[in-house]
Amino acid sequence: MILEVKDVTKRFGGLTALNKVSFTLDEGEILGIIGPNGAGKTTLFNVISGVYPPEEGRVIFRGEDITGLSPFKITRMGIARTHQVVKPLNELTVLENVMVGACFGKEYMDLNSAKERAMDVLEITGLIEKAELPAGKLNVPEKKRLELSRALASNPVIILLDEVLAGLNPAEVTEMLEIIEKINGEGITIMMIEHLMHAIMKVSNRIVVLDYGEKIAEGLPEEVSKDKKVIEAYLGDPELTLKLVKEEGE
Amino acid sequence: MRQNLFDISLIWLLLVLIVMTLIPPLTNSITMREEFFLMMQYIALAASLNIILGYAGYVSFGHIVYYGIGGYVAFSLMYFYNIHLIPAMIAGGIVCAIIALLLGEAVLRLRGAYFAIATIGVNEAVKALVNNLEFLGGSAGLFFNFKIYQQYGGAGSAIWLAYYLMAILAMVVIVVNYLIKKSKFGLGLMSIREDEDAAIVLGIDTRKYKSLAYMLSAFFPGMVGAIFFFKNGNIEPVNAFHLLKSIEMIFMVVLGGFGTVTGPFLGSILYERIRGILLVNPLFKDLHMAVAGIILLFLILFMPAGIIGYLRDKFSVLRRYIE
Repeated sequence: MILEVKDVTKRFGGLTALNKVSFTLDEGEILGIIGPNGAGKTTLFNVISGVYPPEEGRVIFRGEDITGLSPFKITRMGIARTHQVVKPLNELTVLENVMVGACFGKEYMDLNSAKERAMDVLEITGLIEKAELPAGKLNVPEKKRLELSRALASNPVIILLDEVLAGLNPAEVTEMLEIIEKINGEGITIMMIEHLMHAIMKVSNRIVVLDYGEKIAEGLPEEVSKDKKVIEAYLGDPELTLKLVKEEGE
Repeated sequence: MRQNLFDISLIWLLLVLIVMTLIPPLTNSITMREEFFLMMQYIALAASLNIILGYAGYVSFGHIVYYGIGGYVAFSLMYFYNIHLIPAMIAGGIVCAIIALLLGEAVLRLRGAYFAIATIGVNEAVKALVNNLEFLGGSAGLFFNFKIYQQYGGAGSAIWLAYYLMAILAMVVIVVNYLIKKSKFGLGLMSIREDEDAAIVLGIDTRKYKSLAYMLSAFFPGMVGAIFFFKNGNIEPVNAFHLLKSIEMIFMVVLGGFGTVTGPFLGSILYERIRGILLVNPLFKDLHMAVAGIILLFLILFMPAGIIGYLRDKFSVLRRYIE
């Protein structure tokens, strides 16, 4: 167990975005987080990465309580993340963007080693040819890859991927999934939020399902996909959902 | 990213500054000295502002407050205790840096327009305070007794000393700008400028970085103020905390290109020339700020990255030579 989320509650005014959510993350696995829009998935990432401190509950990383720490400290401990709404540093080049990840992440490298590291990462994520381009000039799929590259450059223990597949075409999805599996193969633990069912079912070792801020299911992909509560949360009609999941898979 | 001082983009800039510095003493021209003194002052101020505005992206609108504070601190030390200009100047800079560090804790939590407005507020508040401090002469300010210049060998050599100090200061600020730009610290600041939320998640201690940048960008204007008011012979709140000078600083940085090393240098020289031409032209007399405003408007519309930013973007060959 590398990360433990214990009874985490996060409220925004009257809205409870997360309600006593608990789960654990094992070293080396890929954990998928799914749930309908507004279920609290991104909020969960924001709590883990320190963007929002939770009202209740704890986040334990490698036995250390990291609840409420500033995001930069959590990043330096080895939890990197990507953003659902991409946040490129527009005026900086792609290379510089990735160097920022390497410079200030877990390894806290100096500029020269950061540059080398960034070049290696860009090679993996396939952005090497765009290295000297300002990040603002990339298209959306490239910006998603940039997010991933920056997170990867910090040499993290865990990567939180927030919808890195959204908006990609089927070929790009396959490519991205290959990259994700490759990263995982190098021993990095991955937690990913995704709407693309067939994709997340395929790569995840385990799945956690959120709905209205509560964890409604947890288990192996095939178990979760047959769970009544999960199907209801998604469409309200279990049979229709099953049909859709099948179709999407094909 | 080479980090040595022998980079061509810095060398030529320093050479130009050294040649400029030497022209007035070699030609023995007082007019030239006055003009270059003003240019060097502008360069030092604009390049200082560039650290917080150009690199970190925080528009410090009332930045002239540090010029005023540094001026007052140094002037008082010289006036009351007859301390030499150089230690007084350093004291002025240090006081400014400390004030900026403390004040930064509060104002740097604000972003965008809120930060800009808060810094104007700080400038006006300090001006009002000094206006009411009797021992600093209130609104009438303080005047040097000419005897003060005796330890420098008379008023004439005191002015030359001020001139050389200002030139050295301008060069130092340019070098500091260059070193920041080429360092990890600079990369962190520019990340904050581009997206502060992304920066903190990427592992940058944004609070510390902003405070450091703000402190550095306040330190040098404090020394500029000290030199200027020493040469001026008197200091009063209206001159020390003149918001118009703040706007001039921003104009110079944006004109040349914010976040670049050459930009504030070029912007200062151009602004000094524009101002010089317009001020002596009877047609424009008091309109130089209006003209500057119109130029600024067109800049933002067509060349938002400033002259240097535009050139670097259009002609990638130049990137090696102009930083």
